[in-house]
Amino acid sequence: MIERSPFFNFVTYLAMAIGAFLVVIPFWITLVAGSQSLQEVSRVPINLWPSSHLWENLQVAWARADLGPKMINSFIVAIGVTVGKIVLASLSAFAIVFFNFRGRMISFWAIFITLMLPLEVRIVPTYAIAANALLPFQAILDVTGISWAVNALSGVQVSLNWNLLNSYTGLILPLVATATGTFLYRQFFMTIPDELVEASKMDGAKPLEFFVDVLIPLSRTNMLALATIMFVSSWNQYLWPLLVTTDRANFGTVVMQLKALIPAQNGTPDWNVTMAGALIIMLPPLLVVAFMQRWFVRGLISRDK
Amino acid sequence: MSQISIKGVKKSYGKSQVVHGVDVEIEAGEFVVILGPSGCGKSTLLRMIAGLEGISAGEISIGGKVVNDLEPRERGCAMVFQNYALYPHMTVRQNIGYSLKVARVPKAERDARVMAVAKSVGLETFLDRRPGELSGGQRQRVAMARAMVREPKVFLFDEPFSNLDAKLRVAMRAEVRRLHRDLGVTSVFVTHDQIEAMTLADKLIIMNAGNVEQVGRPTEVYNNPASRFVADFIGSPAMNLFDGEFDAEGQFLYGKGGRMAVPLLNGVRSPGRKVVLGVRPESVRRIGADAHGAIPAVVDYVEELGASRLIHAEANGSRFVAVDTDMTEITSGMPVHLSIDGTALHLFSAEDGRRITH
Repeated sequence: MIERSPFFNFVTYLAMAIGAFLVVIPFWITLVAGSQSLQEVSRVPINLWPSSHLWENLQVAWARADLGPKMINSFIVAIGVTVGKIVLASLSAFAIVFFNFRGRMISFWAIFITLMLPLEVRIVPTYAIAANALLPFQAILDVTGISWAVNALSGVQVSLNWNLLNSYTGLILPLVATATGTFLYRQFFMTIPDELVEASKMDGAKPLEFFVDVLIPLSRTNMLALATIMFVSSWNQYLWPLLVTTDRANFGTVVMQLKALIPAQNGTPDWNVTMAGALIIMLPPLLVVAFMQRWFVRGLISRDK
Repeated sequence: MSQISIKGVKKSYGKSQVVHGVDVEIEAGEFVVILGPSGCGKSTLLRMIAGLEGISAGEISIGGKVVNDLEPRERGCAMVFQNYALYPHMTVRQNIGYSLKVARVPKAERDARVMAVAKSVGLETFLDRRPGELSGGQRQRVAMARAMVREPKVFLFDEPFSNLDAKLRVAMRAEVRRLHRDLGVTSVFVTHDQIEAMTLADKLIIMNAGNVEQVGRPTEVYNNPASRFVADFIGSPAMNLFDGEFDAEGQFLYGKGGRMAVPLLNGVRSPGRKVVLGVRPESVRRIGADAHGAIPAVVDYVEELGASRLIHAEANGSRFVAVDTDMTEITSGMPVHLSIDGTALHLFSAEDGRRITH
């Protein structure tokens, strides 16, 4: 903005204040409701000032939703997905940008097109694969007649089965592929000058050494930005964990437990406990964003060089 | 035995060929400069030696071993790039030592070698800085140190000084010369700057449009250019070149009615033969109007160089450039008389531009 009149400043600050207010108000209501007692929270109209019962509500929510072990599950899944996404995205972008192979553009576009196929769209086939990760191979064996041949020759029935349901692998692996991340890395890798690649070749670095020693350190801000987005989005996953875990006690995540905190139809309407639980559950992503914010903005907007 | 042997090397990108069969032998310890205008294929040739470009046809061997199918790291070459190509996230120490780290050289030895090399190029106090905190000249030194630390069989320089200012360029030139004298490593240096080429080279390779025009010592190339292109390209100001032919009396006819006696070109003066006659500006002198063989000319403009000046003049519809050390006042439009040193003439065929020996 070039214009810098007092009036214009006022307008921009006003717009910013309204935006901030709109963003903060739901958090405020959550915090307020979470700190009130059952009587206070049931009062109409609702009081918008915090009360003194926050700590006990947090304790009740923690116990009721069994948040201790579920927190650990959530962290395992969120961190697993984040790390997996970064490793996979950076390696596939590395292959697409720095190697000249047949079908390189096809691979890129194939990855890119999956941006249009979010999990919700492909949930049924994805579930089928999770139920038996070796299903495609079984299909290949069946179609080509190999399983028939094996059966005829040795009498062994070929039946490949690898069930991912109710496991961390099942919670993590299907979420690991990321077109966004691959695209982000590709765009960054394309800004690396050719001379740098050639210099490392002359220095005797093999491709993976170049990747680890040069590309990874140079893409650090990108990586942290990506990690922030990915952590938050995988922490917030609801549909997929709900689908692949029937064993809620052992493999449930905190976001799934939100459901357990919502008062039952004829039960006590203790929304204060629900809100306190929501506070606990949203704390980790909030902290991650708060800590990573600096990198996040830099990694997405500008190049730090 | 030659250190680098290039035999019939060609390079094409799809259908367009950019290097058309180069044959060059480079002796061990030689400093070779490949000189040519931009787009002549000189960098491509260097990159083929380095292994950064594939070789479409022909054979390159280094130290007696054919390297066509070897990776850059297996060829024993080190390269200095035009834009330095330093790793921006590493310190000077790490930049220089990276090739040793990759080669799994133990830390202690690595540090010692980095230190020794850094000292030899005057970088020992900058070892913990990042490339971003260095000046252009210092970055260039880091790039050279990085090449030196590997103790390669061959140094390759790809227009390394083109980003430096004129003064620094002269200083770095001297530095490179000194390093070459101290280390005695075979070096191939690509440039489009003829002064750089003339001052650095043991052997000069002049390239044009994907072909080698001439290979020789700098003075040899300057004094006996093998083709019209080399004559025109080497030397500043450029050589005077006149298209013309010989008449029945063996005189050279050029421009609009220009006529020059060329007594020393006996034997090649067949009447009607189309040729190009070349003479260096320093062999064209301003003389008195009454002197024998004086060519009357009109001054177009004068370039003052301090110790001497260049007179750009026109005579018989042809342009002449003369070096003049007599500092009497000369202005545009003034008539002058020029004479040409008959012993310093170069003759080229008008058809293929090759030199005609006489």
